[in-house]
Amino acid sequence: MMEDIQLSDAVERFLQGQMDAEELSRFEQLRKSNPELDQFVVEHSIFLNQLNEFGDRKQFRSALQEIHHNLLDTGAIKPRAPKAKVVDIVRKYRRVWAVAASIASIIAITVSGLVAYFTPNFTKPQIEQLSRKVNILEKQQNALTHEVRDSTKVTTRVPVNETYKFGGTGFLIDAKGYLVTNAHVIKDAKTILVQNRGQEFKALIVKIDTERDLAILKIEDPEFKPFASLPYGFKKTGADLGEQIFTLGFPRDEIVYGEGYMSASTGYNGDTMSCQIAVAANPGNSGGPVFNKNGEVVGILSTRQLQAQGFVFAVTAKNIFKSLDELKKDTTYQNIRINTLSSVKGMERPLQIKKIEDCVFLVKTYQ
Amino acid sequence: MTTASQEKELLKGLAKSDKQAAETIYKDNYNMVQSLIINNNGSADDARDIFQETMIVLYEKAKSGTFELNCQLKTFIYSVSRRLWLKRLHQLQKYSRRVENIAETVPVEEEIENHEHRNNQFQAMENSLQNLGEPCKSLLEAYYLQKRSMTEIAGSFGYTNADNAKNQKYKCLMRLKKLFFAQHKTKGQ
Repeated sequence: MMEDIQLSDAVERFLQGQMDAEELSRFEQLRKSNPELDQFVVEHSIFLNQLNEFGDRKQFRSALQEIHHNLLDTGAIKPRAPKAKVVDIVRKYRRVWAVAASIASIIAITVSGLVAYFTPNFTKPQIEQLSRKVNILEKQQNALTHEVRDSTKVTTRVPVNETYKFGGTGFLIDAKGYLVTNAHVIKDAKTILVQNRGQEFKALIVKIDTERDLAILKIEDPEFKPFASLPYGFKKTGADLGEQIFTLGFPRDEIVYGEGYMSASTGYNGDTMSCQIAVAANPGNSGGPVFNKNGEVVGILSTRQLQAQGFVFAVTAKNIFKSLDELKKDTTYQNIRINTLSSVKGMERPLQIKKIEDCVFLVKTYQ
Repeated sequence: MTTASQEKELLKGLAKSDKQAAETIYKDNYNMVQSLIINNNGSADDARDIFQETMIVLYEKAKSGTFELNCQLKTFIYSVSRRLWLKRLHQLQKYSRRVENIAETVPVEEEIENHEHRNNQFQAMENSLQNLGEPCKSLLEAYYLQKRSMTEIAGSFGYTNADNAKNQKYKCLMRLKKLFFAQHKTKGQ
């Protein structure tokens, strides 16, 4: 046993050229006199070489990802959208399409009628929205910071005569300063501040979509500097069952990381707009992004079931796209672009988070 | 425009995993490959995958020390990317009538074949590592992939001393080797 370890060690040193002349000649001698040992050395060398090159390749791959991200940031390379080549196809299959479309529309109407007819009417008292009620202590603390700010004559964004009521999480969908969060996070808010790394920005509501429980905000603050690009992308098709996911959110005033997996493709009571994930979530996590391992947004964390442990639900990413499409009908918002490419794909998790966390905000509402 | 001697320097740097060199090559060639992929049925995502695969081919060739570049670097990269993309299209059964050339190409069949062979081997290694289980997987990764020292590893994995960690590492290595060669053999048949 001990000998084997020494032998394996010797092969490693031999491969790295760490043997001195004397040891090397003894080693060669040993190989010549013992064919079994020679066989081992050959086999072991092949294997170790493979392992080392495998490590090399892995490191180079993650270096490439980082380079890609850096070059995108500096604008040295630009992602280009594919050319559309559909004109021919449209012309060629016009009749087929017309027939297919009419059949599809008949089916769609029938199905939606049936669904409306059979859907049970229920309210959802059994689930809890994960926005965070701020307790009295924090209010007092806020009042204190007010005083501090007043005394140092720093201009504050905290509105006078309004109190910090609820907190949630929001994250950028467009580098120009558009955020998405849950509609219930900003319900009844008079003023909304978003905070990242201790810096607060004022945000305005662009759209509230209570049906999907989504809200789109825009940071309107002279101090906010738009990002060049977002490190993460959005995945319209969501995540598959069992896929590893991770979340970032603000259940405290500090950003908190959570890890889990996709556990069901529908949400509470079979709700198809959301999905179920297994991840630790607390009030304040609402509106936070749910990423797959490539750093692509697959959902927005929204609610959890009250009576059971570990039932957390997220609105699927598809709904962000739908909600945005509706918003884009308004010409003022036509320039919102959703990025589908994640530039943190393949990176180690801590590095991914480092790139992503700047785009995740604590959403504070005042009433 | 880079001259032949500059390109040689870049490849030398790349072989030593010099990040600056890799970044320069990346910056100078990415847009060309992206145009190729996007003009031929691909997305920006595909372009990134194919280009990075090409960079790996280049890196491993440069590292082997036997690489003689007898055309412009740009031409080599373009040829490899084009070939890889044709293969990918074929696998996806998305036949396009032909992949348009926007630049000249050199034959790179041999490189691609070597690369695929290596990919298979690395896949076998990856699978073996996955099947190895913890703490063996992390221990071996720390030593062979992240190149951390034995004393450091002993500290972070909770072994009493470097010798103990070394003992454990040896056992893990032997198990990995067994798994790896078993995969290799079944693949070979």
